[in-house]
Amino acid sequence: MAKNHRHKFSIPSRYVLLALSMLCVVMMVISFATDVMSVPLNSVVGYVIVPFQKGISKAGEWLNDRTDSLNTIKDLQKENSELKAKVDELSIGMNDLQADRYELSELRELFALDERYSDYKKVGARVIGKDTGNWFSNFIIDKGANDGISVDMNVMAGSGLVGIVTEVGPNWASVKSIIDDETNLSGMVMSTSDNLIVSGDLNLMNDGNIRFSQLIDSENKVVTGDQIVTSTISDKYLPNITVGYITEIKEDSNNLTKSGYLTPVVDFKHLNTVLVITDLKQGK
Amino acid sequence: MRRVAIVGVLIIVAFLLQSTVFRWLAIAGIVPNILIIITSSFGFMRGRKEGMVIGFVCGLLVDIFFGDIIGFYALIYLFIGYINGIFRAIFYPEDIKLPMILISTSEIIYCLLCYIFLFLLRGRLNFLHYLLYVILPEIVYTVVITIIIYRGILLINEWLESFEKRS
Repeated sequence: MAKNHRHKFSIPSRYVLLALSMLCVVMMVISFATDVMSVPLNSVVGYVIVPFQKGISKAGEWLNDRTDSLNTIKDLQKENSELKAKVDELSIGMNDLQADRYELSELRELFALDERYSDYKKVGARVIGKDTGNWFSNFIIDKGANDGISVDMNVMAGSGLVGIVTEVGPNWASVKSIIDDETNLSGMVMSTSDNLIVSGDLNLMNDGNIRFSQLIDSENKVVTGDQIVTSTISDKYLPNITVGYITEIKEDSNNLTKSGYLTPVVDFKHLNTVLVITDLKQGK
Repeated sequence: MRRVAIVGVLIIVAFLLQSTVFRWLAIAGIVPNILIIITSSFGFMRGRKEGMVIGFVCGLLVDIFFGDIIGFYALIYLFIGYINGIFRAIFYPEDIKLPMILISTSEIIYCLLCYIFLFLLRGRLNFLHYLLYVILPEIVYTVVITIIIYRGILLINEWLESFEKRS
């Protein structure tokens, strides 16, 4: 009886709707203007959700490893013999390279070009969750502010750029990948140092391609297969990180710029571990 | 209190499934939207208020982890929960047609709102492509998953209601 009584005097649901909508709008405005809200909220979910995600992704990886190892023994044997042949081939090439490398290190010292990304400080992290929707390409990693990670740090996997940290909790961070529809970054053709804009596109995400545009190449030197790296003028991305290789290039209708597609060097479909570069472009 | 705890756990489990397990089961890179299923079904099973609050919490989780601004998804899920709540008056647990229609309609509305606010407003006009490669697969996959898990949600709710009637 008492319960019914209470229900009679409860607030009508449209007022609750109004109140919660207002709350949403206020939150949107606050989080758009500042980031005061993200600190407490990110900490709370960091302790409620992230431990589970870590566990599940570890278990999943273990399962994947098991099935993979069963499937691939045969492949491995075949690959092994191929690789042995390749090792011979490469060790010959290696000698040449060693000579080159010696020369290079000398030259580099001369030019004091120590800004290669091999010198950046990096932290390894595991991917523990991916975007719940299908519109964007974000993922969660298991390192956060406690491990020295902060917003705008670059994320790599293998030898290529994966994305940039957009949000940080105490023990997790959210990374926006370069194939995401909202990503735009300033890149550079390695061979000619021409600048261009690399932008992710949802339409191309499944093919694993990204778009580039605004390439000024009046001498027609840039060709398919050229390597694209992050440019020195980007304000968030560290310079000279490999983004990918040009797969298609065409002239824009304005006859001044070129655009086309490039294939990233990172395999975004099978991303399990990444490296976060803890050096920021604009040192804070 | 029991309801709050159980539903809270349910939301967290749904979010975890969606961000981890279903990513491995993704078909052509598309995952189903379990949070919509939960929001919508608690909406029409329990009414506007509960639908609203559950939607708000689901949306907020997505916002915190993946949103650029906090509150956008919360607002969408909030309204979806509320609108589903209106249909409580014609909801019968034995009937499977209404839940299926409501959940898929919610999913369609959710997808369209996402397209309009997150893509159309940034000048991505190629609606047909998004419809074919993102929206339709997501809807189909979500409906299939609904058939599997809706019964479970219904049972959890009935179990909770049996406790509430007793007390």
